Amino acid sequence: MQEEIFISGREIPKIDPYLEIWHFPIALYLFLGGLAAGILFFAALFTALDKDKQVPAVVKYAMIIVPVALSIGLMALFYDLTHKLYFWQLYTTIRLESPMSWGAWVLLIITPLSFLWVFSYFSEIFPKWKLPFPFLEKFETYLAKNRKNMAFMILPLSIILGIYTGILLSAFNARPLWNNSILGPLFLTSGLSTGAAAILLLSKTHFEKSLFTKIDLGLIIIELALIVHMIMGMYAGSAVQLEALDILIGGEYTVLFFGFVIILGLLIPAFLETIEIFGYKVPVIIPSMLVLLGGLMFRVIMVEAGQITRYLY
Amino acid sequence: MKYGMVIDTLKCVGCSDCVVACQTENNVPIGYCRDWVTESVNGAYPQIEMELKTERCNHCENAPCVRCCPTGASHIIEGGIVLVTPNECIGCGACIESCPYDARYQHPGGYVDKCTFCHHRLEKGQLPACVSVCPTHCMYFGDLDDPTSQVSQLLKSRKHKVLAPEAGTKPNIFYLVK
Repeated sequence: MQEEIFISGREIPKIDPYLEIWHFPIALYLFLGGLAAGILFFAALFTALDKDKQVPAVVKYAMIIVPVALSIGLMALFYDLTHKLYFWQLYTTIRLESPMSWGAWVLLIITPLSFLWVFSYFSEIFPKWKLPFPFLEKFETYLAKNRKNMAFMILPLSIILGIYTGILLSAFNARPLWNNSILGPLFLTSGLSTGAAAILLLSKTHFEKSLFTKIDLGLIIIELALIVHMIMGMYAGSAVQLEALDILIGGEYTVLFFGFVIILGLLIPAFLETIEIFGYKVPVIIPSMLVLLGGLMFRVIMVEAGQITRYLY
Repeated sequence: MKYGMVIDTLKCVGCSDCVVACQTENNVPIGYCRDWVTESVNGAYPQIEMELKTERCNHCENAPCVRCCPTGASHIIEGGIVLVTPNECIGCGACIESCPYDARYQHPGGYVDKCTFCHHRLEKGQLPACVSVCPTHCMYFGDLDDPTSQVSQLLKSRKHKVLAPEAGTKPNIFYLVK
């Protein structure tokens, strides 16, 4: 049987012949949001456990990345809106059914919190700089005293921030590649792993390096398992899911997915981190940059490939 | 009250009058359309079947666009019509991603636009523009909840289908196939 479908009178920009509404800015935000969520989670966790003195790279230095990453991410999201002046409409309602609505509200709380957190460490990060006004110094001491309270607020919010980016994509049942429920945990794990890699990049003490090498290795193994899980789930799925899976396995995005995400982003860093744990000296920049690159490429591939999958009727 | 459309694929000739009528009635910007015509050819010569049909937003009962909208700009009004309020829409594109029928587009004005079942005409007691101009009368519009309406009667007596039922959206546009 042969089938040919013609659609006449229709060539809508960004929709035909295939959907291309979301591009690099969205993928960049998904990556930066995950990275920020990862760092926030570890900083809040160690502070809540009263271990913050042992991990200065996490609570002080890596946390500087968070407000920057969230600001760039939010700018990317804003850039992508087409009805920009109405963005405040996000904050006129809470829609539990829409993951984008949760995300908007979580970002509204967690972005200022991350700025306040960095500010609470201002005099420790920049010991030579003096704050210009006495009330700012008072504010800093007040924040430093309440750091543990901030940590308890950040801990659940960072998990929501990390997982919602995946749930956001999996909520679109019209795009079969995204529409699998493992995507939320997968994006969360990937975010935590990129967060751990960024921390690793900035850590100076041996204790932190070995701790975060182990944490990152564990997360990479979980992420690999979740990717296998995702592929197995789609492999046992319906016709549209099988068609979507073809793009990742034996299709347009196979080389990118296996080359950048699986091999460069997961297997090689996992190998390097394993031999590091067994005592070989590996420059920390190689595995951590590979994990970060893999995380970004994973978002780019999922965003782009997801949009060419659809229901055929 | 539940509005629905029934389209007879055996009568449609694919003239695209419905498309032009919609563009004129709703001031659809040039290069865009809220409805369109598809033509699918099945089989191998000499056994060939062709199906022509006009497609648009299916005004789904379980509308994924309404579910995914972060501001509530996409909403369902009385009669089951799915609408977008331009001043609440931020242009994020979530509803476009969520629609299995690709029935929505970003209006050059920034907000998302789509078929409204011509609800401004319905209020005046008129039929949607596409239905009113169809030269072969292959489109029917009415209340699906009313068992005596023409659309209900057609669905009772004729074999019909909806588009992508496996997407679980419960569309309110039906295609008569036999």
